[in-house]
Amino acid sequence: MEGKGANDMTFSLQTMLDVLPALLRGTVVTLQATAAGILLALALGLFLAIARRGSNRAIVVVIDLFVTVIRSTPLLIQLYLLFYVLPLYGPSLSPLVTGVLGLGVHYSSYLSEVFRAGIDAVPKGQWEASVALQMPRAKTWCRIILPQAFRIVLPQIGNYMISMYKHASLLATITVVELLGAALNYAGETFRYLEVLTLVGVIYFIIGYVFSRIIKYIELKLAY
Amino acid sequence: MDFLLQIYPALLRGAFVTMLLTLTSGAAALAVGFAVGLARLIPSRWVSVPLTIYVEVFRNTSSLVQIFYFFFVLPLVGIRFEAFTTGCAVLALNFGAYLSEVVRSSILSVDKGQYHAAIALNMPVLLRYRRIIIPQAIPVMLPAFGNYALEMLKATSLVSLITITELTFSGAQLVQFYGHPTEIYLSIFVIYLILAIPFIVLNRNLEKRAGGKWKARVPTT
Repeated sequence: MEGKGANDMTFSLQTMLDVLPALLRGTVVTLQATAAGILLALALGLFLAIARRGSNRAIVVVIDLFVTVIRSTPLLIQLYLLFYVLPLYGPSLSPLVTGVLGLGVHYSSYLSEVFRAGIDAVPKGQWEASVALQMPRAKTWCRIILPQAFRIVLPQIGNYMISMYKHASLLATITVVELLGAALNYAGETFRYLEVLTLVGVIYFIIGYVFSRIIKYIELKLAY
Repeated sequence: MDFLLQIYPALLRGAFVTMLLTLTSGAAALAVGFAVGLARLIPSRWVSVPLTIYVEVFRNTSSLVQIFYFFFVLPLVGIRFEAFTTGCAVLALNFGAYLSEVVRSSILSVDKGQYHAAIALNMPVLLRYRRIIIPQAIPVMLPAFGNYALEMLKATSLVSLITITELTFSGAQLVQFYGHPTEIYLSIFVIYLILAIPFIVLNRNLEKRAGGKWKARVPTT
């Protein structure tokens, strides 16, 4: 890597080829973080949505407060708190695990609202029929309500997944070598920001665009 | 506590810059969103294809990547702005792309009968949009605008990474200087929450109204 310096303005395809393997490794990390993050967000979001339906006012208030606070503050600050502050008092997690935790908790606040709306959208008759059939409550949730609610909210979950995939670039700030992190490492050494960041944009675009087409397709399929 | 008293002027200055960024970028994003959203309705490929490319590129790449791209790459091709301007421009272009979709879909959601009636009354196209279509589309847009306003406040934290001394960057600098990450980052967290309160209240109201008051005003065919 002979850093030619920022003044060299020729667009070098060779640089792009050189950096591509590192960026692809970073892409894998980005996708892993997104996959783990969305699973955590789904689990936590669903838990919050169901817990909120209980008759206990205190629980409802606490959950609403949690959701509002997490939704209304930047993910970046939440990541800093998890990365710089949490280890002082608790377990020291690896940067990637910290990042996944941050993404998962942040997006659980959005997904809990999505699930709440989805569960509300299941017709009341479904609950009444389950009661009439003497179905236990847990079974009603798992077999009747959630499958229908999930179908309703699937496109929105997909949209939040794409959003999280783009947001995962913030993990670069807590030293995770994902797509953007890998790019900044390389560009910092060689000063080839033009080629490297262009390639990063292209990779983000291709994957993001394909994802969003798939979501659109699912949305159309489910609509009929 | 003494320490917090020592650092709070710096944090307040940061909070002020954050609000300034939110309002400036928000206003610019609104302008971009309306311009692009309306222009995409023009039935000409020379207009719609470039605008569609703009919207898709900005919506399908990470906003942080866009910020770094503008910050590092534009100077290489001879375009130099202050960091603050760069930050505002990227946020405006990024959110403008999302808002243009809100504008476009809200306008398309206005009942077709309204178009037909306006045409039947021999209204010129601009008057038709200005007096009939857009006023009815705006209540549909408002809840989404409210949500994006809150997202904008949060997104301004990203420009801390290109050395704009807003709230997050002020905090990061203080941590580097004094240590005490717990106090500083928790303070910032709380300040962001306080800054968000007006938006949270606004969104509550917009959501409540979306189904009721304003909808009733829209004539149905």
